[in-house]
Order: sequence, then structure tokens, then C-alpha cells
Amino acid sequence: MSEFLLAAAGFVLAMVALGLVRVLRGPDDADRLMAGQLLGSGGIAALLLGGAAIGDGSVVDVSLTLALLAAFASIAFTKFAPGADDGDDAATDPARDHRADAP
Amino acid sequence: MSAVADVFSYIAIGAGAFFFLAGTVGLLRFPDTLTRLHALTKADNLGLGLVVLGLLPHVDGVLNGMKLVVIWLLVLLSGADAGQLIARAARRALRRHPPA
Repeated sequence: MSEFLLAAAGFVLAMVALGLVRVLRGPDDADRLMAGQLLGSGGIAALLLGGAAIGDGSVVDVSLTLALLAAFASIAFTKFAPGADDGDDAATDPARDHRADAP
Repeated sequence: MSAVADVFSYIAIGAGAFFFLAGTVGLLRFPDTLTRLHALTKADNLGLGLVVLGLLPHVDGVLNGMKLVVIWLLVLLSGADAGQLIARAARRALRRHPPA
């Protein structure tokens, strides 16, 4: 059973490595960040599988921390990406608020 | 009893690994940012959920099992939230310099 768990962990890590190609090719910053997020969730899965394979319970806490940090990475990117502060739609951007003009 | 648990784990973890494959293929093959984001967020969370489901019978103690499920919930919530934020950032980046 534990060989299967390790094989699955290896497979998930291979998928994450394949997904990181998007970091090289990604035209947009958002694509690169998505590969980072894939690294987060794939890493958690591989950690859990590896931990279960060798019967080590502390790995669960490590993957909990990784989940937290992956969330922070995405939020940090979107907070400081270019264009993070310009308005979105009429509700938030006074310059676009043409609702009063309509007859 | 453990044979049934093993078979269940084989199936669940196999399906989880398959969804990771689907997420990665989606990330690499899809045409534009938002479709990739869709593929990645959905497939990965499901893959992780199935892996956690498959690992539940192998974890000693109910507490560790609940900890696994909590990890999956945290990844679900943060993935959904990050997905929305990334989509907004991608849309704004697209609007700032539209494709030629």
C-alpha cells in the first residue's frame, strides 16, 4: 500500500513539474501565479501522500502551513499587481458612473 | 476490513491523481488566462479532495482525519478566493494592454 502512496505522490509531483512549464510560457503574470498555486495544492497532496506512506503524522501540519502560505501568495500578487487599484465598474469607479445620465 | 479500505484508497487516490493530470493539462493547453484559471482551480481542488478521501482510512485517529479534511477545506476556500482575485487581476491586465 505504501508503495502505491509513494507512486501517487511522485505522479502528483510530476504533474506539478509539468504545470510549472506555464511559468516559462505564460504570457501574463496571472498565468505564472496559477502555476505557483498549482505548486501549492499539488505540493500539499504529495506531502500528505508521502506522510501517509511513511506513517509520519507531523506532515499533516506541514501541509496545513503550505496551504496557508499558498493562499497568501495569491493574495499578495493580486494586491500589488499592476492595475490593482483602478476601478472596476460603475459601482466602484465614479468616472464610469453614467447611471444618472440616462434619460 | 483493511482490504476494503485499501481498495477504496486505490480508487480514490487514483481518481485524485487523474484530476491533477486533468488540471495540469488544462493549465498547459487552454487558450487564454481565464479558461486556464477555471480548469486549474476546479480540477486541483477536486484532486486534493479525492486524495484526502483516499487517505482517511490510513490515518491513525479521528483527530488526524479531521485535520486532513480541514486542510482540504482551507485549500477549497483559499482556492476559490484566489481564483476570483486572479480573474480580476487578469481582466484588469487585459484591459490595460488589450491583445493586439
